[in-house]
Amino acid sequence: MSDSSKQATSQSYSVAITGSGGSGAVTTGRILLEAAAQCGFQGLMTRSAGPQIRGGESAAMVRFSQDPVECMGDEYDLLVGLDWRNIERFADELPLSDKSLILSDPAAGEVPALLRSNGADILEVPFKKFASGLPGGRLNMVALGATALVCGLDLKALETSVKAILGNKGEGIVETALLAVRLGYNHDHRPRITLEAPGKSADHWSITGNQACGVGALRGGTRFVAAYPITPASEILEWLAPRLEKLGGSLLQAEDELASINMIIGASFGGVPSLTATSGPGLSLMVEGLGLALVSETPVTVVNVMRGGPSTGIPTKSEQSDLNIAIYGLHGDAPHLVLAPLSIRDCVFTTQWAVQLAEHLQTVALVLSDQSLGQSQAIIKAPPQRELSLARKVEATPDAEYQRYAITPDNVSAMSLPGTAGGMYTADGLEHNPRGTPSSMAVDHRTQLNKRLHKLEDFDFGEDWADVEGDGRQCIITWGSSTGAVKEVAGWLLAQGSSIKIISIRLLAPLQHDRLKDLLKDMEKVLVVEQNHAGQLFHYLHAEGVLPVSAESLAQPGPLPLRPGRILRALGGGG
Amino acid sequence: MTVPALKAKDYKSGIKAVWCPGCGHFAVLSALTKAMAHLGLVKEEVAVVSGIGCSSRLPAYIDTYGFHGIHGRALAAASGLKAARPDLTVIAAGGDGDGFSIGGNHFLHACRRNMNMAYIVMDNEVYGMTKGQASPTTLPDWSNSKMTPHGTGIPSFNPAAIALAAGAGFIARGFSGEPSELTRLLVEAIEHPGFAFVQVLSGCVTYRPDQKLWKEEVHPSESDLPTDDPVKAAQIIQAGDGKATGVIYAKQFPVWQPENRTDSKLNTIEKEFLL
Ligand SMILES: Cc1ncc(C[n+]2csc(CCOP(=O)(O)OP(=O)(O)O)c2C)c(N)n1
Ligand code: SF4
Ligand SMILES: [Mg+2]
Repeated sequence: MSDSSKQATSQSYSVAITGSGGSGAVTTGRILLEAAAQCGFQGLMTRSAGPQIRGGESAAMVRFSQDPVECMGDEYDLLVGLDWRNIERFADELPLSDKSLILSDPAAGEVPALLRSNGADILEVPFKKFASGLPGGRLNMVALGATALVCGLDLKALETSVKAILGNKGEGIVETALLAVRLGYNHDHRPRITLEAPGKSADHWSITGNQACGVGALRGGTRFVAAYPITPASEILEWLAPRLEKLGGSLLQAEDELASINMIIGASFGGVPSLTATSGPGLSLMVEGLGLALVSETPVTVVNVMRGGPSTGIPTKSEQSDLNIAIYGLHGDAPHLVLAPLSIRDCVFTTQWAVQLAEHLQTVALVLSDQSLGQSQAIIKAPPQRELSLARKVEATPDAEYQRYAITPDNVSAMSLPGTAGGMYTADGLEHNPRGTPSSMAVDHRTQLNKRLHKLEDFDFGEDWADVEGDGRQCIITWGSSTGAVKEVAGWLLAQGSSIKIISIRLLAPLQHDRLKDLLKDMEKVLVVEQNHAGQLFHYLHAEGVLPVSAESLAQPGPLPLRPGRILRALGGGG
Repeated sequence: MTVPALKAKDYKSGIKAVWCPGCGHFAVLSALTKAMAHLGLVKEEVAVVSGIGCSSRLPAYIDTYGFHGIHGRALAAASGLKAARPDLTVIAAGGDGDGFSIGGNHFLHACRRNMNMAYIVMDNEVYGMTKGQASPTTLPDWSNSKMTPHGTGIPSFNPAAIALAAGAGFIARGFSGEPSELTRLLVEAIEHPGFAFVQVLSGCVTYRPDQKLWKEEVHPSESDLPTDDPVKAAQIIQAGDGKATGVIYAKQFPVWQPENRTDSKLNTIEKEFLL
């Protein structure tokens, strides 16, 4: 999982493309990213949009490199302005420096002072004029050509990418786009950078984090999904629906999240591995259902794609602020699994692992992805298949002694599925005895509490609980999408000859106390990095007693991405 | 090999019910097991799914698979189970509070989704389990709950009318005091292809002793029912006193069941991400 360790020492190139509604900034970015991919680069594209439902101003941020790209950098090498309307909405998301270049169309007016203030160079290309020379010509395609040239990307690769992405719009549109792209590309002969292109790789994928969660769900064996649409999780569902059907499964669009969680519990009771995906408001509605799944020991997985909270919050932007509800949100003593993917690529493995762990341990697994992973497009090495020997323990031939909640050495009891003669039982959210009969007796409650706790606590989760890299006496602990920026910092330090240990936690609950404590034993400095306001991971680790008292917290809320430079400053200057 | 026919008592689990002596829900349990015996259902191929309430305790007392979930969500759990396991006979059951108040939204959507299952609501016009508060079917002037000392002041809700408006294809009303008719209604509901709703007037002796009068008030439907005309059904339901038993409306609509087609492999699907 950790072939990203050298990413930060390698060169990368960052481009932001902005424009007002209808200018096509996002399409331009997408084609640029895939053109880079055609040249063999790996990359990442995030996007930022105004509050309009459709067609508002938007920005596409693209970064590519010879190595994995798991976060946006501290500043942009190139800013492309298709026009400058509403640019102030994005200015704080688009840091520039005196090394940056701004590509702009004189017809769009002067580059706004707030972008020029850091001393960026300006290169003017008449996008609009070039485009107007072509019937139906679009200025974003001219800009795309000019951008690709500045980025040193091969024209052939760019053309392939235009055809791939605009192909479904019809031949005429593609032809005009290609003409416009060539006009932009050939206006000049000065590539700005010369990252050596590795050459197209046969095993690279272009995928979003939400799609990657979908792939992980299918690899884990999920064959039933019920869900209610919500930003920024819906793409998981939209990707899964037609594909589940082809694999003998199905997706049911529920009337609300109360329904979706209970539907997947019903389906899983029937023996079919089941999952739902949602975001904060939906997770809040599901919490009672999670308790039911947990007590009835009916495996379910919930992928929660986090967005700015609480309440409706900032639906389109990222934040890692649902750790508390994920860990502590259930009433009663309710141990369950909480996992977080560490990158877009890792969404595949972490979701697969979550589904199979939930099945194996007959419990609830929550997967905390977020908007920045879910809705970003990445060019990655195809994640290899991993066969996990984790599956639901099923009783196929129950005898008269069969007990659904029998106490066993690993505290997991075999489940009898509807259709199996002699195994009839009633699954229940009421506390019960080993047979499943409701009971309010202290001894039954304690026995089942212990069972549900120890099946998790005593399970050996192996090495995948975290990605641990580097060494030395200083350490950063992080989780989820913050991992990309943290790894970049580690790369910088390594390049400078200093060392640091990075612990990126994939399995947040049950917390692997002993392993963590062991890693933190001789640390002089520990910094906990996360993207929320309260320092939720920091306080959780403290509450669990694994952090030294001197540990520091870098907690920065969304929606601005956590940038490597900010983390480096926190390391140096004491948070 | 012929399997000896099961009797109603063979469908009972033997777990002692928590219900008060005289509770109407006993008659529903017994009518349901009789209906199962009549239909010759294979026990392990049946799942009874419920929410929370006195009535929702039903699954544990039946020797089939059962799911006793959380308050208001019986239909959601039942729908998920049926979607994933179309081979099972799925029966959802619960109370008026469970089905019409906290679970009201699922009721609407289960009616219009029309999956093949029966839904039995034991309507006692009260929250029995939480000791006697008003439910959506309680009349507005019933003032015996401390929580609504002047009555709710809100018109009660007519479940059959809602079911019809929401698109249910089978609507029946039964009475726990008429067990053989109830058995027949449940048989028809289980046999109906699609969502079959049975409202059972099932008195609560403890918090609604006034419901003893139901013995006198409940009567068979007069008209030539069931009808398959939704306009006529609406008129009968709206004009009625809510105490007429029988199948009111039966009409077949397309049953919704997700298609489980297997014509691809995951490896093939994953190829879409290659550049
Ligand atoms: C979320 C939630 N809210 C409230 C309750 C408390 N509660 C349990 S049963 C019930 C009402 C049951 O009434 P009904 O469904 O009519 O069943 P009855 O007991 O009358 O048969 C309530 C409010 C609960 N269990 N869960
Ligand atoms: S309280 Fe009412 S509904 Fe509940 S068991 Fe007693 S009689 Fe039945
Ligand atoms: Mg009731």
